[in-house]
Amino acid sequence: MPVEILMPALSPTMEKGNLAKWHVSVGDEVNSGDVIAEIETDKATMEVESVDEGRIGQILIEEGSMDVAVNTPIAIILQEDEDENTPVEKKQQTETEQPEAPAQTAEKAPEPETPVIAASPEIPLTNQVQITVREALRDAMAEEMRLDERVFILGEEVAEYQGAYKVTQGLLEEFGPKRVIDTPITEHGFAGIACGAAMAGLKPIVEFMTFNFAMQAIDHIINSAAKTLYMSGGQMQCPIVFRGANGVASRVAAQHSQDYSAWYASVPGLKVIAPYTASDAKGLLKAAIKDPNPVVFLENEILYGQAFPVPDTDDHVLPIGKANIRQEGTDVTIVSYARGLHYVEQADEILKAEGISAEIIDLRTLRPLDMDTVLASVKKTNRIVVVEEGWPVCSIGSEICSSVTSLAFDELDAPPLKVSGADVPMPYAANLEKLALPTAEQIAEAVRKVTYKN
Amino acid sequence: MSSNKNKTKNKQISKIDLYKEMLLIRRFEEKAGQLYGMGFIGGFCHLYIGQEAVVTGMNAVTIEGDQVITGYRDHGHMLVCGMEPKGVMAELTGRASGYSHGKGGSMHMFSVDKQFFGGHGIVGAQVPLGTGLAFANKYRENGNVALAYFGDGAANQGQVYEAFNMAKLWSLPVVYVIENNRYGMGTSIERASSTTDLSQRGRSFDIPGIQADGMDIDAVMEAGRTAVDHARSGKGPFILEMITYRYRGHSMSDPAKYRSRDEVNEMRQDHDPIITLKDKILEDGDIDEKGLKDIDAEIRKIVNEAAEFAQSAPEPDPSELYTDILKQEAHA
Repeated sequence: MPVEILMPALSPTMEKGNLAKWHVSVGDEVNSGDVIAEIETDKATMEVESVDEGRIGQILIEEGSMDVAVNTPIAIILQEDEDENTPVEKKQQTETEQPEAPAQTAEKAPEPETPVIAASPEIPLTNQVQITVREALRDAMAEEMRLDERVFILGEEVAEYQGAYKVTQGLLEEFGPKRVIDTPITEHGFAGIACGAAMAGLKPIVEFMTFNFAMQAIDHIINSAAKTLYMSGGQMQCPIVFRGANGVASRVAAQHSQDYSAWYASVPGLKVIAPYTASDAKGLLKAAIKDPNPVVFLENEILYGQAFPVPDTDDHVLPIGKANIRQEGTDVTIVSYARGLHYVEQADEILKAEGISAEIIDLRTLRPLDMDTVLASVKKTNRIVVVEEGWPVCSIGSEICSSVTSLAFDELDAPPLKVSGADVPMPYAANLEKLALPTAEQIAEAVRKVTYKN
Repeated sequence: MSSNKNKTKNKQISKIDLYKEMLLIRRFEEKAGQLYGMGFIGGFCHLYIGQEAVVTGMNAVTIEGDQVITGYRDHGHMLVCGMEPKGVMAELTGRASGYSHGKGGSMHMFSVDKQFFGGHGIVGAQVPLGTGLAFANKYRENGNVALAYFGDGAANQGQVYEAFNMAKLWSLPVVYVIENNRYGMGTSIERASSTTDLSQRGRSFDIPGIQADGMDIDAVMEAGRTAVDHARSGKGPFILEMITYRYRGHSMSDPAKYRSRDEVNEMRQDHDPIITLKDKILEDGDIDEKGLKDIDAEIRKIVNEAAEFAQSAPEPDPSELYTDILKQEAHA
């Protein structure tokens, strides 16, 4: 039976790609393992190998086609004595190598519609361009490296590979190997070396492939970077940025899928940033690089490919420590950060349909926490729900609920509620993983509770 | 970026000056031990007595701008870098006029002016940090070398080898000075290390290393010159293992059950670095007994003044609790 070849995914986060080149034409014999085509995304180019043996009967998608959805049939392979009129067998995926870093890939969660940014006083009224979080981060680093010769980046695969998640794409070419430095896979050591360089007055950006691996380096982040200014009586600074993917990825299980926000946010001497949008990612990373203190900058793998409007200027710096009201509302305050906002926006659709008006706050910075903005909102809505992907115990939500209770008790018409990830190591199985994450329905339910509408 | 390749050569320090520096460390540490016993110094206090020749000799072979970083047995390193005895002692007693304004204590003191980068309380952490200082030297092409001191205990830490690898890979100007005083706290090197020739710990990374008698300042300086010249010439890191000995316990609370009194006495009587140098300068006729007595009185005066200052200086103002957590102004 003729076999369909489907558009393969280069990674679990890929939804579509370009069919860059066919290496075979109709009538060619192919064997299992032969390279038949090249496909590409914004992150990588890969060769497609045939799984089946036979003769190319039809090419369904022409070379050069853009944005071909994963699983679209791209060609048909015929067996002996078959022709194009033989009915086609629906076929499984072709095989491709995984181009991403080992054990780093993530299944694509459905990408949300590009959210509309609520008016924010910090965003200047300039032209906006639609760029991805990945590009925003790269632009922030490149712009700051152009401005300050002391700024350099080091980490695993940041230079020649162009970044395990392609965040450092093009930096080696522009700044050279002196300032864009590939390290061995030794987080403890290179984080320590970067702290020493910062103590000597340079301004390192340390990329951790993910913050899961920063556990190896957490001694230097806390004992060497965060405490130095205090321990030296203000004499010695450690101006450094630790950045990389944090939080829940997809289908990578317990050791590669964890939100460290609450850990770092508890440490005096650090600033901690966890942006959601590309605009915040750029404006706050630039602020982090300029800052004289150690900054932990928590990114999110699933957000890297999402596009948001960003001011079209190389002067887009946002203040650290200021939350953003993404949507004004009257009935309830929903506070979240990073990818938590994705669930909040889904929940908001449900709430709108039920006639509930939610004020949505994006914390953006987790240390120092902008409690002023949160409290002002609670004063207006008298109810609060905090949403995060991380664990519920000793969490960002716990901290905010505690502060709101002690600082605005009389303003509250209902007990503050938390919606968080489940209190378990992240499971692998798709259904269990889903159960371990917050959902729009859980958020909507919490809002109904605090507004007494359940 | 500062570039000062044409720095002065090695510091010109006479044998008598070296003797003074070593004696200052000895008397300072004896006094610190005393103040600890009197309750003026709290927490951990790791004395350097016995090891004075190592930092004194190494300091003598460095040039202006070379950095120093070490672990928590750091008083000797600070004094030889030129930090004020008063400021160091006042930090030990937790006073506002201490180098860290009383917020660091014995293990966490710094002087950016004197190129002393701490004073680190986590065993082994100073090795990647010191390698980072060397990274900055190479980045700035300033011709300086970083000295990263650590003990035989820290020499078994994983991060040390991560740093060795990158230092060699990137040819960083760093000298690793292993002060092997034979005991990591109470565990002898033979009971803690599968191989005890620590100078060869860089072999897997192709980092050269030599052993030297850390109780003999001439031997320290000779080995030190080899190491520092190697690093400064662009050949990358060098490992120096200084065989030394601490007379006192690991810290002030050490019960000293792990070694015999005879062992300690033998080192003090036959290998003391200060007595050895004293005999040499007397023999050379550079100084007479009277001159030595004057030096001793001069040093005792400095140390006594430091101790008095450290006991009478005010504690930090309570408002200091919340200062210097974050740097407020933009980094210049």
